[in-house]
Amino acid sequence: MTHRGSRVLHVGSLSRVEGEGALHLSVHDGTVTEARLQIYEPPRFFEAFLRGRAHTEPPDITARVCGICPVAYQMSACAAIEDACGVTVDPALRELRRLLYCGEWIESQTLHIYLLHAPDFLGCDGAIELARTARGHVERGLRLKQAGNAILELLGGRAIHPVNVRLGGFHRTPTAGELRPLADQLKRALDDAWQTVAWVSGFDFPDAEIDADLFALADPGTYAIESGTPTVLRADGTLSTFPLPAFLDHVHEEHLPHSTALHSALDGRRHLTGSLARFAISGRRLSRPAVEASLAAGLGDPRAGAVCRNPFRSILVRAVEVVYAVDEALRIIDTYEPPRRPYTDVPAAAGTGHGATEAPRGLLYHRYVLDAEGTVTDACLVPPTAQNQGAIEDDLRRTAQHAITQRASADDELTRLCERVIRNHDPCISCSTHFLDLTIDRT
Amino acid sequence: MSPPTLAVFKLASCDGCQLTLLDCEDELLGLAGRVRIAHFLEATSAVRPGPYDLALVEGSVTTAADAERIRAIRAASRHLVTIGACATAGGVQALRNFADVDEFTRTVYARPDYIDTLATSTPVSAHVDVDFELRGCPIDRRQLLEVITAYLAGRKPDIPNNSVCFECKRRGTVCVTVAHGTPCLGPVTHAGCGAICPAYGRGCYGCFGPSGSVNLPALIPVLNRDGMDDRDTERFLHTFNTAAFEEELRR
Repeated sequence: MTHRGSRVLHVGSLSRVEGEGALHLSVHDGTVTEARLQIYEPPRFFEAFLRGRAHTEPPDITARVCGICPVAYQMSACAAIEDACGVTVDPALRELRRLLYCGEWIESQTLHIYLLHAPDFLGCDGAIELARTARGHVERGLRLKQAGNAILELLGGRAIHPVNVRLGGFHRTPTAGELRPLADQLKRALDDAWQTVAWVSGFDFPDAEIDADLFALADPGTYAIESGTPTVLRADGTLSTFPLPAFLDHVHEEHLPHSTALHSALDGRRHLTGSLARFAISGRRLSRPAVEASLAAGLGDPRAGAVCRNPFRSILVRAVEVVYAVDEALRIIDTYEPPRRPYTDVPAAAGTGHGATEAPRGLLYHRYVLDAEGTVTDACLVPPTAQNQGAIEDDLRRTAQHAITQRASADDELTRLCERVIRNHDPCISCSTHFLDLTIDRT
Repeated sequence: MSPPTLAVFKLASCDGCQLTLLDCEDELLGLAGRVRIAHFLEATSAVRPGPYDLALVEGSVTTAADAERIRAIRAASRHLVTIGACATAGGVQALRNFADVDEFTRTVYARPDYIDTLATSTPVSAHVDVDFELRGCPIDRRQLLEVITAYLAGRKPDIPNNSVCFECKRRGTVCVTVAHGTPCLGPVTHAGCGAICPAYGRGCYGCFGPSGSVNLPALIPVLNRDGMDDRDTERFLHTFNTAAFEEELRR
């Protein structure tokens, strides 16, 4: 059942962005009749307790939804509240926000590539185990991740839950001299990012294809990160967009009994957000080094509309996005001139505002309703994890079916495969899959 | 002799505090060489049963199942250290403790009947004995390394119990309250972050919770003077360490 239209209802979904999960698979006469991903992270009620808060508070508070992508929450919250108050932020400050976001992309995507995803391809339990046989690779990953964190620490004050973000911009903006040492570190990071592409390109990728619609923001002239228009690429190749304020008319959330995360559908169909969707929708706008990286990774030419629908190969797309984010961060630092003021004023105003940005793992939408004093009277947060859950379950169903049809897979082998399928998609759910408790009903 | 075992567990939280361990990029592999990581779901699929020499617990207790789990974790752990504001003070989700959780559930979920939650978010210490509580939302990387190193060496962690003001002075930051009249919780907040907020031109918002021997009521008139009315002050104190500041006010 869908409930959109009646009330704004879904914070709990946020809390389990990287929680604990279980999968229930039902097989009847060799047919997978059900693949149910359970996310049983306890609810934390952000949408409820945001009500009654001042309009200046959600950027700090919603950061706490996710320790892995706090900047995404801060940026979507700022965008939505600035929209509600009718404020446009100075372009120089928007560039600086993009730089901060690049830091999160580098850190989070590298975390996913090296610590969560690559061990699957190399048959080990994690990066610490991997370091015993391939220490140089893991060290490179940690160094690259550190470069992302260095941006977050300099611009945000700290890497997790940065303190320097506020409505309209920043509490304090750096001088050009303060940013310069970052450029040196990022130049080394660009080499590491390239070597990451080369490394993951050598992995062995099973065949697979998702048939969900791909959903990401599109921004004229640039690879969308901190703003854009919601855009859908359907499986049949048709492209459509809708204005951001219509988000909740298109993305409907549904609460199923087996998961505290809400399931959502886009115009009644399964959809996927994140790297695969961004690459398909904004690939034409990648910078030259990122285009070269995607050619080197065997992903094809994004300028000619290359699309990757194999979720196992999402690690390649993430590696390309890291090259892009490092290159983009260098561009911003290179052209940086300190803004006249650290922030644009955002005086309270009654209204409803919408904000969406591209979190590392996909499109994150916020909506706030403010009264004339700026008090939040209603809040709605739609995270990528909740949007992707339906597509991930479908992927699990098809992958499990394929494995069972090909050969009578043993339970532990199926378990490993299903865990891999989940980690293909999302670092948040990936964390939970380590705790995956697979039950198979065979009848 | 086999190396000591380290386990990391998570209750209701954002994962930021255990991510802090993975953010120790320079020290992670060295640390992994000195301990046997027996349970750390965010980092490795390899899971070994207890007993554990050192267990780090992130997150607060918000379900009956987690209340059971923390007892089992305690029973399996020689030393139990809580990491972060959620595990130490109930976290941001403890805002429910001052509200009607049924109403919260109805607001957030279409089917409240599917939701299983306690009416409160409580710190780990409300359920089991805790050997050490590391503050912060999120915790500080250097403090985390100090705690782990201390337990490996069999000594008490050197985590001073003074306030953020000490760190501001050490950092040479001009006092934002004195110089600019900016409301700041630094005088009553536990040190550990390195006094980041004042260095970035904003007041401390108390994410490390109350420090030892503070006089919180004495700060309220200063906050009022700097433009915060009662409602602002209440919100200021009731965010990431809601329950801890509340307790401090009641003392």
